Amino acid sequence: MKAGVGANRLFVIPALLVALLLVLPLATLIYLAAGNSGNVWAHLLANVLPDAISTTILLMLGVGAGTAFIGVGAAWLTAMCRFPGRKILQWMLVLPLAMPIYITAYIYLELLDYTGPVQSFLRWAFGFASVRDYWFPDIRSLGGAVFIMTLVLYPYVFLTTRLVFLMQGASILEASRSLGAGPGRMFRQIALPLARPAIAVGVTIALMESLNDIGAVEILGVQTLTFSIYDTWLNRGSLAGAAQIALFTLVIVIILIAVERFARRHQRYSSARDQRPPSSFKLSGIKAALAFVACLLPVALGFIVPFAALVNFSSRRLEQLFDDDLASATINSVMVSSMTALVTVIAAFSLVYVARLSRNNTMQRAGRLASLGYAVPGTVIAIGVLFPLAAFDNLVDGWMRSGFGVSTGLLVSGSAAIIVYACTVRFMALAHGSLDAGMDKISSHLDMAARSLGRTAGQTLRQIHLPLMARALATAALLVFVDTMKELSATILLRPFDFNTLATFVYERASLAVFEDASIAALIIILIGMVPVVLLMGLSGQSASTR
Amino acid sequence: MKIFRLKVGRRSLVALSLGFVVASLPVSPVMAGSNNGSVNIYSYRQPGLIKPLLKAFTEKSGIKVRVIFAKSGLSERIAAEGRNSPADIMLTSDIGRLAGADTLGIAQKIDSEIINSNIPARFRDPKGKWVGLTSRARIIFASKQRVKQKAITYEELADPKWKGRICTRSGQHVYSIGLFASLIAHHGVDWTEKWLTGVKANLARKPSGNDRAQVKSIFAGECDIALGNTYYMGKMETNEKEPVQKEWANAVRVVFPNAEGRGTHINISGMVLAKYAPNRENAIKLMEYLTTDKAQQIYSETNFEYPVKPGVPVSARVRSWGELKADKLDLLEVAKYRKTASELVDKVGFNNGPNS
Repeated sequence: MKAGVGANRLFVIPALLVALLLVLPLATLIYLAAGNSGNVWAHLLANVLPDAISTTILLMLGVGAGTAFIGVGAAWLTAMCRFPGRKILQWMLVLPLAMPIYITAYIYLELLDYTGPVQSFLRWAFGFASVRDYWFPDIRSLGGAVFIMTLVLYPYVFLTTRLVFLMQGASILEASRSLGAGPGRMFRQIALPLARPAIAVGVTIALMESLNDIGAVEILGVQTLTFSIYDTWLNRGSLAGAAQIALFTLVIVIILIAVERFARRHQRYSSARDQRPPSSFKLSGIKAALAFVACLLPVALGFIVPFAALVNFSSRRLEQLFDDDLASATINSVMVSSMTALVTVIAAFSLVYVARLSRNNTMQRAGRLASLGYAVPGTVIAIGVLFPLAAFDNLVDGWMRSGFGVSTGLLVSGSAAIIVYACTVRFMALAHGSLDAGMDKISSHLDMAARSLGRTAGQTLRQIHLPLMARALATAALLVFVDTMKELSATILLRPFDFNTLATFVYERASLAVFEDASIAALIIILIGMVPVVLLMGLSGQSASTR
Repeated sequence: MKIFRLKVGRRSLVALSLGFVVASLPVSPVMAGSNNGSVNIYSYRQPGLIKPLLKAFTEKSGIKVRVIFAKSGLSERIAAEGRNSPADIMLTSDIGRLAGADTLGIAQKIDSEIINSNIPARFRDPKGKWVGLTSRARIIFASKQRVKQKAITYEELADPKWKGRICTRSGQHVYSIGLFASLIAHHGVDWTEKWLTGVKANLARKPSGNDRAQVKSIFAGECDIALGNTYYMGKMETNEKEPVQKEWANAVRVVFPNAEGRGTHINISGMVLAKYAPNRENAIKLMEYLTTDKAQQIYSETNFEYPVKPGVPVSARVRSWGELKADKLDLLEVAKYRKTASELVDKVGFNNGPNS
């Protein structure tokens, strides 16, 4: 039960406005889908969708299983066990989050395809003459896409799950231990069930990212639903048909979110929980070595290998460091990402907070609806943002022209603010998820106590909720910041003249000649992204042991 | 303590956001550009490719050029922006996109004696809604070592003698779609479907990568022939940053398919004048400039594309690959069959590769 202590209009109206703005692009999508799709469906049903749907589902199953396996395993090992190297590895395990998926995909394609160094070495070492002489897994495949996406996305599961393992507190686990449960049984019967909602949150985020991706699937030639959205729109000239497929993928996401909600339905924390870190298992000998390797492997494959490749490319292009365009792209990226983080967190907080105060189901649904943007490919979001904003701008311009004889032009859609808007819509799920979970952990008794002691809603917000939510707010902001740093497809379409972010800079260079020319900018994306990623780790990890 | 920290963070964020809002305010048209004004381009073509041309134009005319580049969605952006769209010119590299601009209603008639006399009618829209600037041939890269055959036709790519020997980029890429559409125009839908099935069976691997990656695959021995656009050859032959690409290029020779018959399939890059172009006069000036000998020569020399203005010589490097005899097929025919071609690619599962 939620405490409905009542919200005043001051909160509700802005929150409704926020919800409206967030849902607007989805509404545009529905509007576009209602247009004439030009007979694409007979073809889609016969030749495209059966394969695309099964490919998408298999991709999601693979990424879901992969991220859960690596994320939970690594979280358990680093949170509950002690072994040499654990301290460093627990930090490094988050780093793949700073890698844009398309960059990782490109680098692995270069390394692993027939012409890459790995296969070339094998041919040289074993004297194979051609492709027919040996078998090597094809990276351009569904399996390849699962591999790449799992490597980049498992940190979401790692972060959410690790936090729960640490916060379960010593008492539960020690009790189970004193009752004779070994580490294996404790993991299966106590820790895992307790962590299940957190795992579901992390996996859902990973799945939505894999669903909206166009970069890696294009590089690897994996025909997902998102792939068909682009084909339908660009090659068969049917924006309406593309919008219809996009809506169809949203149905999949709604089901996903419903499942995730279902998994979390019984979870209510009490605020007075045992904050001591659980005592950990000390591993030695072969077990310690295995734990070390198990945690090193995802780091090595997800971060060290692609990072080293980029450093190698960059070392031949150091003169690019002094490129003015690169400097302004870096500034733009940091600006856009910071702004988006700020705006998204404020918007998400207003939704979550008003939902809590007003006990209003509509507000909760609005929040969840607003989170759907995460599953939609960036270009589609961009179109969804562009149409209503440009229409608004043209309306204002029309009024100003007829009323005052001045033209205001494209006030909003012509500025970089539209990028912030689009990214806010895209990454709302990250902020909303973090804040929703954070708010859930604050006992509703606190609200009632504060209000019965005469605090206004505003005072309760400032004195109780904001301080208690500080960590969740920071987590949300950092997650959005990192994803906006990497964002390409909405930014590139919506940007004003002569406006580059690091991601668009990479893209312009990469598509002009070779990807290698973009390696320095790609490295900067990753290096800047590493800062919030490491901070995230700090927020989720160190707390338990420093208190 | 924590609250205090949060406050500081908020204040700096507010400052940052104010700075951002100011920085991102749209520059008003009065302020932008020099005395001679400016012209705005939405480009599907990479900025690096057109930069030398635009620079030369600005030096000559004093008109400032601003560019937005994206690979998809620019036409829709112009449509959404409507009457207030800042776009004057749209540059793109596929006949489908050029014709599509007219369908979307974002183009206006280009009325210029200079352009009409510089560019042959074959490379201009009969309704005047687009003008071609360069052409590129969809040729075959063949291994110098392993392919002895001199002349190859598109038609025979479906012949089993090429089994396991062909590489290509995605069948849904505009360049592939263009070629397939031309085959539909020449041979009909059913024939093309059979042909696609045959080519698919001959593939060495799943279609992927750009045209350059296909040459790399020939170099490494993964396949013997590949489809690609001419200018990639030039890009590789002159790549000083990654000299290994010169070796890739050296492993292949360029074959102009159907040279002895109807000619090699070509696609064009071209330009569209936006319906509500705010700087229409400057836009026409730039468009006219792009059709001059000088500009056409820059295209030819730096981008290794074929100029469309008669009499402008192709670059020596391009000439070294052999002479182009272009398919005379009406380009609008190619645009017309794009959708069908795209559907056939899905229907035969072309992109799933040979083993499916």
